[in-house]
Amino acid sequence: MNSFFLFVLMTITLLIAVYLYRVLRGPTVFDRVLGLNGISTKAIILLVVMGTVYGRVDMFVDISTGYALLNLVGSLAIAKYLEERGEVL
Amino acid sequence: MSLSELSEAARWVTTPMSIGLILVGLFFLFVAAIGVLRFPDVYTRSHAVSLTDSLGAFFLLVGLALYEGFSTNMVKILAVLVLLYLLNPVITHATVRAAYRSGLQPWSKDDA
Repeated sequence: MNSFFLFVLMTITLLIAVYLYRVLRGPTVFDRVLGLNGISTKAIILLVVMGTVYGRVDMFVDISTGYALLNLVGSLAIAKYLEERGEVL
Repeated sequence: MSLSELSEAARWVTTPMSIGLILVGLFFLFVAAIGVLRFPDVYTRSHAVSLTDSLGAFFLLVGLALYEGFSTNMVKILAVLVLLYLLNPVITHATVRAAYRSGLQPWSKDDA
């Protein structure tokens, strides 16, 4: 069962690389913000899976909750700033 | 029979179910990654990031919660899931609204 969860961890990490490509390459700044949002969703899932591997879900779930809330505040601030700025690139 | 004993007895059916749910979730995350890679502009990519990604996270986290059995951890994982479902659309909406108000034109067939 543990090797299955390690497989899940590796797959999600590979998927993060795709989002990282979008963050680095993305034609507009909004693509980068969206890619970052996708990465943090993956990171939340990754933390819960990691907790299952180590048998400490109670601790890792709290960390992932904090990560989700921080992601909300940061992404909303960036989106608000970009809206006020009003430029496409 | 307490709840933890019940979840231990039901393990032979919950563990295969959780493996199946986690694999379905991985499939949806994979599809979302293809969408992020291949879609032409922000407005289409936002569908891959918010909708498909949330569905994949739903299946994965429900699978993990089922694997934990009936305990406090299951409730905690489901709370993270609810939080994710509340926050992901809000962030995507804010980003896409910023893109639209900045005057980014949606992709059309002509500029393919």
